[in-house]
Amino acid sequence: MTKRAPDVSASPPRSRSKYTLAPLVLIAANVVLFALFFVWPAVIGLVYSFTNYTGIGAFQFVGLDNYQNLFGDSTFFDALTRTLLYTVLFVPLNFVFSLLIANVLVSKHAKGVSVARVFFFIPWLLSPIVVGVLWRWLFGENFGLVNYLIEKVGGSAVPWQSNADLSLMVVVVAASWAWTGFSMLLFIAAIKNVPTSYYEAAALDGAGPWRQFFSITLPSIAPTSFIVILLNTIHGMKEYPLFASLNNGGPGTSNNLLVQYIYQTGFKAGQIGYASAASFVLMLILMAVAIIQLMVNRRVENR
Amino acid sequence: MTTTDMPRKADADSARAVSRKRPRAVGGGLRRAVPATTLLWVLAAIYGLPVLWFVLSSFKPAGDLFSLPLTILPHDPSVSGYKAAWDSANFSQYFINTTIVCLIATILTVGVSCCTGYALAKYDNKWLKVFFIGILATTMLPSEVMLAPQFLVVRDLGLYNSLAGIIVPAVLTATGCFMFRQFFLTVPDELIEAARIDGARELSIFLRIMVPISRPIMLTLAILSFQWRWNDYIWPLLMLNDPEKFTVQIGIQSLVGAQNINWSVVLGGSVISMIPLIVVFLVFQRYVMNADINAGLKD
Repeated sequence: MTKRAPDVSASPPRSRSKYTLAPLVLIAANVVLFALFFVWPAVIGLVYSFTNYTGIGAFQFVGLDNYQNLFGDSTFFDALTRTLLYTVLFVPLNFVFSLLIANVLVSKHAKGVSVARVFFFIPWLLSPIVVGVLWRWLFGENFGLVNYLIEKVGGSAVPWQSNADLSLMVVVVAASWAWTGFSMLLFIAAIKNVPTSYYEAAALDGAGPWRQFFSITLPSIAPTSFIVILLNTIHGMKEYPLFASLNNGGPGTSNNLLVQYIYQTGFKAGQIGYASAASFVLMLILMAVAIIQLMVNRRVENR
Repeated sequence: MTTTDMPRKADADSARAVSRKRPRAVGGGLRRAVPATTLLWVLAAIYGLPVLWFVLSSFKPAGDLFSLPLTILPHDPSVSGYKAAWDSANFSQYFINTTIVCLIATILTVGVSCCTGYALAKYDNKWLKVFFIGILATTMLPSEVMLAPQFLVVRDLGLYNSLAGIIVPAVLTATGCFMFRQFFLTVPDELIEAARIDGARELSIFLRIMVPISRPIMLTLAILSFQWRWNDYIWPLLMLNDPEKFTVQIGIQSLVGAQNINWSVVLGGSVISMIPLIVVFLVFQRYVMNADINAGLKD
């Protein structure tokens, strides 16, 4: 790189920064994509949230009207609380099952781990749409296997579809089932990192498996647990396709979540400005979650 | 060498930790193996049953689907549901469309992420750091949050109702850039310095040395990207309005969203849509299982 030598003599100590063209070429494609599909939408989204834009034609600035209307909009609040409820139910259920399965999978005594692992992992491969269809098939009120078995043992058919809360529960179970594979992988990696000597010492002191789990495993994998909770929280907050195929946000509109609300106001009702305002509320929630995650990541990396 | 990216220091010790665990496994005995194995397989059965029931049901003829008593195994197995889905419900077309989207998007994603990840890892410019923060910011604003404005941008670019409208916005992924960055950080700088001394140009160092050694990461990201695009629902739903261009997921949802669901077709179509991912996964299993998917948020 002799031809770049003059640059080096101008700023001698920083050896790497003399290369400008190569990195620029390398990131060019992503910079363009970043500008087009991230910066531009983010900016106009923010601008539109202060307007009454409908997607076509002229628009007027309406100041904070959209946000004010949003806080008085009971449909929005229903969607928001339903989303939070869904997340609050989904995250712990997924956490418990993924952690349990991860522990069984790393256990030295269990046989057939590599085959069983595939069973837990396949649900994660399926699309949310297919997961929804699958659980709808299983929990159909008149035709599903679950109600058939309940009636077989003498119970009466459970209104899995027409009761809003039961319907939500089915989605929560389906989502936890589908996302186990992902959380489980993170837990497995973390559990394998716990030094074996801890367990050996604990075993010598007479600690049983439960004591070992609560006193060694759980504290040792705390950073991973935190990340799993945060990732799943973000995932839960923006869930939509699973509801679309499982109960279509129903019965009625009782299980409409935030993203579905945004989609319906923005694209079905054409209130782009209003939907953008709702988007920004969702963004603030996600951002808060993401910032917590970054802070925790940093703390973990600094250890 | 199974090279997977290891962003956290602790991961580097994992191989050692595992190998140290091995000797203990010998002295377990049958007494401890039975409960652990039972628990494992009970859980595996619980997780496997929904899929099993679904797949077995899809082989029942349409008339038998709801006939009582329900049976686990189809009485006379048929593929009529599959046939109906493939031909009359147009799944053949959806399948082709989705495959095109997945392949092109995956190739572009891997290529672009590899370039960006390398630049972020091996060059030391202020503006690169700024761009890296920008990429991380995209994880905080997923497309679900920017549905409307992103839609308007893509419409204004003239990509509405085209497969390109699904492919191009999906190419930039923070996860991909991050995975490659983490990998290239583990590649010693001396390798580059040596090539520079030999007179290699910057871009040929990248293409001739760095691209080949990053193959495992490429495969991992390719599988992830393929899965993301195959399973995408909301963005294609917004982008496409011509049924000839629908992807598989929209196809399924349009059947399920109908007033009277034709379950035979839905089951057939859904199982068809599951096949490519399960095949890809089983073939490349170790690249997924070893990947540190913690490297970024799911995109």
